[in-house]
Amino acid sequence: MSNIPKKHVTNKWWAALAVWGSAILFLALLPIPFRSGFMLSMLSEIGIMIIFALSYNMLLGQGGLLSFGHAVYFGLGGFITMHALNFVNDGVLPLPLEALPLVGGLGGLFFGIVFGYVSTRRAGTPFALISLGIGELIASSSLMLPSFFGGEEGISGDRMAEITLTPFGFGQQIEVYYLIAFWVLVSTGLMYLLTQTPLGRMANAVRDNPERTPFVGYNTHIVRTIQFSLAAFFAGIAGGLFAINYEIVTAEVVGAIPSANVLMMTYIGGTGFFFGPILGAILITLMELMLSNITHAWVLYYGLMFIAMILWAPGGLASLIMMHKPLWQGRVIGGVLKAYAIMAAPVVILFLGCMILIEINYHLSLSIKPEDPMHIFGIEFYAQSIWPWLVSIVLSIGGLIFFLKSRKIVSRAWKTAGNQLKQKDSGS
Amino acid sequence: MTQVVLELIDIHKSFGSSKIINGVDLAIQDGERHAIIGPNGAGKSTLFNLISGLYEVSKGNIKLRGHSITNLAPHQINRLGLSRSFQVTNIFPKMSVFENIRCALLWPLKYKYSFWHHCSYRQELNQKADELLEKINMADRRDIAAGELAYAEQRALEIGVTIAGGAEVILLDEPTAGMSHSETDRAVELIRSVTEDKTLVVVEHDMGVVFNLADRISVLVYGEIIATDTPDNIRCNADVQEAYLGEEVASC
Repeated sequence: MSNIPKKHVTNKWWAALAVWGSAILFLALLPIPFRSGFMLSMLSEIGIMIIFALSYNMLLGQGGLLSFGHAVYFGLGGFITMHALNFVNDGVLPLPLEALPLVGGLGGLFFGIVFGYVSTRRAGTPFALISLGIGELIASSSLMLPSFFGGEEGISGDRMAEITLTPFGFGQQIEVYYLIAFWVLVSTGLMYLLTQTPLGRMANAVRDNPERTPFVGYNTHIVRTIQFSLAAFFAGIAGGLFAINYEIVTAEVVGAIPSANVLMMTYIGGTGFFFGPILGAILITLMELMLSNITHAWVLYYGLMFIAMILWAPGGLASLIMMHKPLWQGRVIGGVLKAYAIMAAPVVILFLGCMILIEINYHLSLSIKPEDPMHIFGIEFYAQSIWPWLVSIVLSIGGLIFFLKSRKIVSRAWKTAGNQLKQKDSGS
Repeated sequence: MTQVVLELIDIHKSFGSSKIINGVDLAIQDGERHAIIGPNGAGKSTLFNLISGLYEVSKGNIKLRGHSITNLAPHQINRLGLSRSFQVTNIFPKMSVFENIRCALLWPLKYKYSFWHHCSYRQELNQKADELLEKINMADRRDIAAGELAYAEQRALEIGVTIAGGAEVILLDEPTAGMSHSETDRAVELIRSVTEDKTLVVVEHDMGVVFNLADRISVLVYGEIIATDTPDNIRCNADVQEAYLGEEVASC
């Protein structure tokens, strides 16, 4: 009973092997369909953000630490990597390019230990405010220390270094993509393994109930400091990859905006599951890179999505997916999926209505010549005419009414599925 | 004579100008089950908080096996072999029942802050946690989130977390508070079985539990211990009857 059965363990090994094997294969083959320069840059950016968001979740999701300054370690890791790259190119530092993100990680680790020790005596509001303060401190010192931060123009370097471990020259984006993919796999694997260690388990305990942890022998401050430092290490690796990818790091990278961004993408992805931040990083980076080409209002959509998540799905995308797991396993998910399909129509209509309203308003207030025609999905119209307003308002209201009705259909489907599940449970 | 395990010497505690504990002396013997009773607001929980390091002692000395533990941090006191439970259930709600127990085993098994051991593959650790689950009769609740357990089960888990680390001295703060009669009986059985050959100090309001469980009883009134004696003598003590027990148990 108390021994884990051998067979169970081997199954676990196979499952882990399957997951990691397919992840490696997936990342290796991804550039085949997406081979354009834009696509490869996008994939590279997504990879960097995956590491960054996962490292942030070591604080928020696993340690219960709400940080407003995690970009400090990302940015410092980036600067340190860039300096290391320049040292390599000057012939001072004999390090291969592939290993340089590790230098960024160690830099992040160093500052993580220093600032982590100072700020993690308490979680909650004191920690959040100190993290904000440290963020501001580093952001403002970036202009005072131009030799390190490079002043307003930042520091740049040439990633086509002399020393490499692979035959890659890193002149092409695809080579950088594979470097990033390698570090994504290594970092994700290590961060996952960390959750399974005594430290990772105690970080959860400190998150759940910091009053109790001292009474099982643990110093909450030290648990948090180590967890924080390791999160800063991985943020530093992400920052190092950022430096190599863009060949420039500016002071903006350590600032409040990237700190808020990583918070939001982690939260939207879901802090309760290990893979949640991966979803968030993918979704938000895609939005940032693709939606921003289409509409100026993309930040508004981003913000609305964040608020909607906080209000209606505080567990993020990951929990929205995982709540269907029991239904899926019990093979009773069909009814719920049908109800979603019914709900999809009013949701799309409601979204279209709101979107047209937002776009008209953006066109009127932000474009250079509002009296020019505007386009949505290739349809040309004038923002001053009454028709687009009428259409969008009718769509919004109609969509809302039918959305509210379809919600009942969905909740009924959930109830039925729940009952079916209970019957199956008692039947077996 | 048996050895004194936990000794309180002239303990005082004040919050601002209000004095909560006024010179408590108490010597707990090795292996005894000692109950602390007293009216509401007498300072029973405060006394536990002082012993376990949650509050700082204003004046006085606390010794565990002869070594002073006065004003050490809670985790340091815990590592020296003194473990406590809480009056309000105080577990790790989002973690599974098994994980709750396992967390309490990590430090005693010397894993410290390790981030290089994989918990799932540490056989001794998992085996011990599962054994403990059997001991507190919760093996069938193993993988449920602790926050989803019924109240009495959470109390049992609380006791499990408290004793898991193998501490010699166990402090239980009202372990049966809010339980039904049958639940209380089961809880007392549990406490009796898991604290065998340990030293137990328990704060309790239920006199049935106290007289059933304790070898000796101390009565705390307004921050002072007015009597420490065997259950039978306490029952017949005139001061105690006046201060606390009232007439109905006075059947001497």
